[in-house]
Amino acid sequence: MAATAAVRVRVQAAPFDYGAECGGFVPASGASGAVVSFLGIVRGAAGRLARMEIEHYPGMTEKAIAAIAGEAARRWSLDAVLVIHRHGALVPGEPIMMVATAAPHRAAAFEAAEFLMDYLKSRAPFWKKEIGPDGAEWVAAAERDEAALGRW
Amino acid sequence: MIEVLYFAWVRERIGLPRESIETGAATVADLVAELRGREARYAAAFADTAALRVALDQELADFSAPLAGVREVAFFPPMTGG
Repeated sequence: MAATAAVRVRVQAAPFDYGAECGGFVPASGASGAVVSFLGIVRGAAGRLARMEIEHYPGMTEKAIAAIAGEAARRWSLDAVLVIHRHGALVPGEPIMMVATAAPHRAAAFEAAEFLMDYLKSRAPFWKKEIGPDGAEWVAAAERDEAALGRW
Repeated sequence: MIEVLYFAWVRERIGLPRESIETGAATVADLVAELRGREARYAAAFADTAALRVALDQELADFSAPLAGVREVAFFPPMTGG
């Protein structure tokens, strides 16, 4: 039930092992009937992106993600939520973030995972900078990301 | 004294990640006006507040929000996480 959802949030520079995290999340979900997970990976068209640097706001980042996860747990019947988001330098192909949700039924697990992704994109204080052969550029927020919040 | 933090291109334009400011500004907008008047680099960073977001004590806020009792103000561009 919502009131007892186990919420875990990690903001870290270190890489994480998606398989191991999912493996650890499933038993932790207890009697849940459904687990949904999402892995975000640094995209990189060949030669266009050397690396990405992710800046964040220590303190606010953890609070903002915990608030987003708490809101998901209020809206859906969830047993567990896991959010991991990296900061620092990342190269194309590297995992950047993941979310996992566990719920009695799959609809809640899928919807809550999408809700978490939509809110993490534009309400958690991260900023991406792309470094390529032509220099460095801050990634601009996409209007569609802001618009995506409207559906919730 | 109030702690003012800058992130991403706001930090780069101003050339500082944070600073302590003595201010009598009543609202965020007043503080922005005060900072703009300081030097060209501040004027450049705060040229268009529609392109900026603000957090007060680590919670998103509006530029019209009062600063009374606030210890930490952060200015940054729209977030690009996920």
